[in-house]
Amino acid sequence: MPARPAASRSASPAVPAVMAAGDLGQLFSALTTRGYQVIGPTVRDGAVVYDAVDGPDALAAGWGDEQAPGSYRLVRRRDGAIFGHRSGPTGWKRFFWPPELRLWQARRMEDGFRVEAEPAADPPRRALLGVRPCQLHGLLRLDRVVAGGPYPDPRYRAARERAFIVAVNCTEAGGTCFCASMGTGPAATAGYDLALTELVTDGAHRFLVEAGSEAGRAVLSGVPHRQAEKDEVAAARVLLQKAAEAMGRRLDAGGVKELLYEKFEADHWDRVAERCLACANCTSVCPTCFCTTVTDATDLAGGRAERRRRWDSCFSVDFSYIHGGPVRASVKSRYRQWLTHKLATWHDQFGTSGCVGCGQCITWCPVGIDLTAEVRALRAGGERGNGV
Amino acid sequence: MAVPQPVLEPMVPVTAKVLGVRRETPDTWTLSLEPDRPGLPAFRPGQFNMVYAFGIGEVPISISGDPARPERLVHTVRAVGAVTRALAGSRPGQVVGLRGPFGTAWPVEEARGRDLVVAAGGIGLAPLRPVLYHVLSNRADYDRVVLLYGARSRAELLYRRDLERWRGRFDLDVLVTVDRPDARWRGNVGVVTALFQQAAFRPEATVALVCGPEVMIRFTLLELEKRGVPDHRTYVSLERNMKCGVGTCGHCQLGPVFVCHDGPVFRTDRIRDWLGKREP
Ligand SMILES: Cc1cc2nc3c(=O)[nH]c(=O)nc-3n(C[C@H](O)[C@H](O)[C@H](O)COP(=O)(O)OP(=O)(O)OC[C@H]3O[C@@H](n4cnc5c(N)ncnc54)[C@H](O)[C@@H]3O)c2cc1C
Ligand code: SF4
Ligand code: SF4
Ligand code: FES
Repeated sequence: MPARPAASRSASPAVPAVMAAGDLGQLFSALTTRGYQVIGPTVRDGAVVYDAVDGPDALAAGWGDEQAPGSYRLVRRRDGAIFGHRSGPTGWKRFFWPPELRLWQARRMEDGFRVEAEPAADPPRRALLGVRPCQLHGLLRLDRVVAGGPYPDPRYRAARERAFIVAVNCTEAGGTCFCASMGTGPAATAGYDLALTELVTDGAHRFLVEAGSEAGRAVLSGVPHRQAEKDEVAAARVLLQKAAEAMGRRLDAGGVKELLYEKFEADHWDRVAERCLACANCTSVCPTCFCTTVTDATDLAGGRAERRRRWDSCFSVDFSYIHGGPVRASVKSRYRQWLTHKLATWHDQFGTSGCVGCGQCITWCPVGIDLTAEVRALRAGGERGNGV
Repeated sequence: MAVPQPVLEPMVPVTAKVLGVRRETPDTWTLSLEPDRPGLPAFRPGQFNMVYAFGIGEVPISISGDPARPERLVHTVRAVGAVTRALAGSRPGQVVGLRGPFGTAWPVEEARGRDLVVAAGGIGLAPLRPVLYHVLSNRADYDRVVLLYGARSRAELLYRRDLERWRGRFDLDVLVTVDRPDARWRGNVGVVTALFQQAAFRPEATVALVCGPEVMIRFTLLELEKRGVPDHRTYVSLERNMKCGVGTCGHCQLGPVFVCHDGPVFRTDRIRDWLGKREP
């Protein structure tokens, strides 16, 4: 499935449209009349999170965020930008690959037991409003893992196929972003139905809108818009260019796979391990981390059993347990597994990097571990590699 | 080769009735199961099922029966923890859950016309028994066939009836060793690799299949290399924690491979770099 929506949602070369910011409510109506539940950025518990929003008023408009290694703070913006914040901690993967889910139940019968699968048929049609380009790449990479193999997950696939995606390009870089060096932003290039670029200039507040699919064109036709002027298209291009240039952080992706394979035995891993708490924050905020575990339970009488699937993390010690002990007992080997998976083995498994440069693992790491700095340190270290 | 699609959803088990239970060793039992739903995909030697014990959990277990009789699924289970204890303690008539068959298979087709060396340690004989069944029903397809099998003690040898029967054949070399001999043991003593001295095969024309504890695998591969069997003709079956069997839970990763669907059977040269890696 992943290849299909991605391919059919290629950016159209047509002239972009312009929609007034005041008409965002019309976009909501166009989506809800088509049966979509709109999910968008909203403020909760001091952070921008993604949740059901019933209109533009529920959006985190006028808010910005300051992100740095180990810190996140909401700030008021003066320009009234509606999407003036960056990636947040909750991400979008939860709407397709939920943190916890019952897979099936089983009922004990006289002659054994009967398994009752959870109905998968009718997931909600969701419109995701405000998906950042890095996060969109995150979803496309998750598609590959969860729905692109020989055994695609049917629930993920159904929810994903029904989703409508409104991407929002980034006209400002966040404090921990490095999408430009990962080739995943600051502008969305594929995988969306509509892509917005917010323009807040000389009193005029509007969105440049590009349709990336038939569904996107259909929704756009129900929203007041006009053709963009040349200078509006140019203004958006300049903003995106500047955002890319202003990004304070980069990951030198060239040869990084080979680097990590080579540095498998480097001493530097010991130094990261001294700081890492193995708290798994990084894996839970990462838009591509997909690992799950299953748990089994019965009711008190033992007549019913169920299996649940929930997010898991390669940072947990049980993750690799086999009879006799975990394969990766130390924090060192678990951090190495995580980073090597993101930046190296993912390429061999799925043909892309497992990192989209959203910076969330940096922001939400309680001790501020920054993978771009770790890669630099590994590169700089002339130490013994003894790799594969 | 096309991946056989399991029926239903990949994460939802089908039920299977326990037809028979046989005690192999003090802690290992062989179950033969009949799925309640006909038409499950046939398995290939080396593949495994995820086997579920009601309310307790689900674990990967190799299919150890005859691939020519796919309607009867045979699993040999060593009781080491909660799930395997529950499975091993099943009684005929009880019901378990099954998902599968999953994973890659031993190269029984590619090995045709060659010598075949099958080296197993402990419970590692379970995923290799289907190979022996297959080879013996198609004996003319293979040249020399050697089984090297090691267990800790005589009491821990699996499939003793099969071993006896196979030992009686002139077209199969069966070499067995134990680490700890008792008074009644008349055979070889020591590790599996010591059996290579007695094994007659032509290294340049051999395909070797290895399964057992990781140390056993490592030393056996060294021995095969020493004897001149090229590593693109040696195959190993590996174990990792598995929660899904279908490539989406992430648990079974070993470097770039998912042991559940790139394995469990690997051609050695393809994972050479990761085999010896220690990740403590
Ligand atoms: C491909 C494959 C084929 C296997 N074939 C057989 C077989 O034919 N016969 C047999 O007796 N055993 C086999 N095993 C090992 C068997 O899966 C484990 O013994 C079993 O998972 C232990 O579960 P437990 O709950 O009884 O033990 P516990 O020690 O309580 O284990 C807790 C959990 O850890 C995980 N785990 C523990 N040990 C292993 C292990 N060795 N491999 C994978 N996961 C583990 C499981 O998720 C298990 O539920 C195989 C393993 C793999 C990966
Ligand atoms: S590894 Fe970090 S920066 Fe890369 S995608 Fe995951 S959370 Fe974002
Ligand atoms: S890198 Fe940071 S966020 Fe990730 S597990 Fe270690 S301490 Fe937690
Ligand atoms: S067992 Fe889940 S990915 Fe291999």
